[in-house]
Amino acid sequence: MKLTQKEMEIVEILEKDSRIEIEDVAKMVQLSKEETEEAIKKLEDNKIIVRYITVVDWAKLEENAGITAMIDVKVTPKRGVGFDEIAERIYRFTEVSSVYLMSGTYDLSVIIEGKSMNEIASFVSNKLSTLDSVVSTTTHFILKKYKHDGIIFDSVNKDKRIVVS
Amino acid sequence: MKLTKHSYLSKTVQDLKPSGIRKFFDLAAGMEGVISLGVGEPDFVTSWSVREAAINALEQGFTSYTANAGLLELRQEISNYMEKQFKVSYSPESEIIVTVGASQAIDIAMRAILDPGDEVIVIEPCFVSYIPMVELAGGKAIQVQTLKENDFKILPSQIEEVITERTKAILLCSPNNPTGSMLNKKELEELAAITQKYDLLVIADEIYGELVYDEEYTSLPSISGMKERTILISGFSKGFAMTGWRLGFVCSPEEISSAMLKIHQYAMMCASTMAQYAAIEALKNGRSEVDEMVKSYRRRRNYIVDSFNEIGLTCHMPGGAFYAFPSIESTGLTSQEFAEQLLKQEGVAVVPGDVFGKSGEGHIRCSYASSIEQLQEAIKRIKRFLEFLQINENSRQENKKS
Repeated sequence: MKLTQKEMEIVEILEKDSRIEIEDVAKMVQLSKEETEEAIKKLEDNKIIVRYITVVDWAKLEENAGITAMIDVKVTPKRGVGFDEIAERIYRFTEVSSVYLMSGTYDLSVIIEGKSMNEIASFVSNKLSTLDSVVSTTTHFILKKYKHDGIIFDSVNKDKRIVVS
Repeated sequence: MKLTKHSYLSKTVQDLKPSGIRKFFDLAAGMEGVISLGVGEPDFVTSWSVREAAINALEQGFTSYTANAGLLELRQEISNYMEKQFKVSYSPESEIIVTVGASQAIDIAMRAILDPGDEVIVIEPCFVSYIPMVELAGGKAIQVQTLKENDFKILPSQIEEVITERTKAILLCSPNNPTGSMLNKKELEELAAITQKYDLLVIADEIYGELVYDEEYTSLPSISGMKERTILISGFSKGFAMTGWRLGFVCSPEEISSAMLKIHQYAMMCASTMAQYAAIEALKNGRSEVDEMVKSYRRRRNYIVDSFNEIGLTCHMPGGAFYAFPSIESTGLTSQEFAEQLLKQEGVAVVPGDVFGKSGEGHIRCSYASSIEQLQEAIKRIKRFLEFLQINENSRQENKKS
């Protein structure tokens, strides 16, 4: 699907801040409020805009600080469906937050979020490695998130400019 | 012994007026919680790849002087950049000088061409340094005032009216600080015709040349017959968000270039070496970041201009730079009064238009190089301020009646 330049602008603006007022978006792209609403609806209907979510720095909350692991998975692709079938069998687990098909030394990159290391360990050994096509897994635990989806956690963005120049 | 002004200071310097921007800075600097639309520089920090290149230059020990005109590698990059981005070709060996900001480039340009009493046509409203720069070089600044009705674009006929025997050059800034107005190709061609007819030089300050939003940008020397009579001034401050690095450049025909180089080598030696290494990186790999910044400024410009018009401050759509220049005439206040009261009452700093020349009166310069959240808050406060002025005005009218 091809977007007009203004639709593209709208996507970019909402990607940075999905809570911005429609009126402000309209001004920024030089459209009327109605035209902007219509464009956003079109983007939503076509699943270009899939969902509006919130980026949370969970590490700040002691009780909820979960654990994230990235697992490199080697699999045997199947004739006719390639990697898609095994990928689907993996991404259907609610613990799995992302699955990507990769080039390089392994096939699928699986990102898992769990409450504890035990929980993730048991997922890997009981559910993931037991799948037929899975040949091997390598699990990496994330120790600290510095930057996530373009957002730097704990960044101090102080304006260093002089007030009038 | 105490020095007395009268006996020691140069007459020229004594006659210079202090910058109106400076005065406003002093007023705003001590206040808490100020939202500033008074800032004449990008809100972006220089891109990391550029900063990293400077760090690397320091680690490698590049801490000595460079050639007077700047690193040859940088001049070659500038030459490529001018060719590619602005369709004009300059020789890196003989027509380009790397300067300490565009400001120094203006200074050496003036000093290279002016004899005492020579006239330079300065188009108002303009950056606060222009007239002092002309005067410090011994010249006389002849001011021409652009009009709101023409979106602050100069008309060639206005220039023609003030040309005399002593006119040597026109100082042009497009896109303009403070109005944001930009001359398109056709308008530049008309201006070019006048300069050719009267055999004038143009000092073209194109420091905002990267920051244009609607029409395609035309660099003056790219117009036929203009390269030989243009001193083109640009730099890294605005387009590449590198204000604090103090790095600019000036391109001109060899004769003028070698004259400017004489002044530069005696007065400055060379621009900062590590900044020059950073600039090489900016030109080599900075394009996509510049494009992103332009996109972001365009959105903010659209937002703020629309918002000003909505709350009753008429504002033309500026074609470039990052300034909106709305009219505040409807409030009945002078631009100084408006800016001062707005700052004291609502904590929003703007620059009164009259500091950029008489024709700026009745307007305020608002930089939109701030986050959209800041702009939203500023608009909210300015709106509240306007409503307050309105209520005051109404009650004054009431009092008169009774």
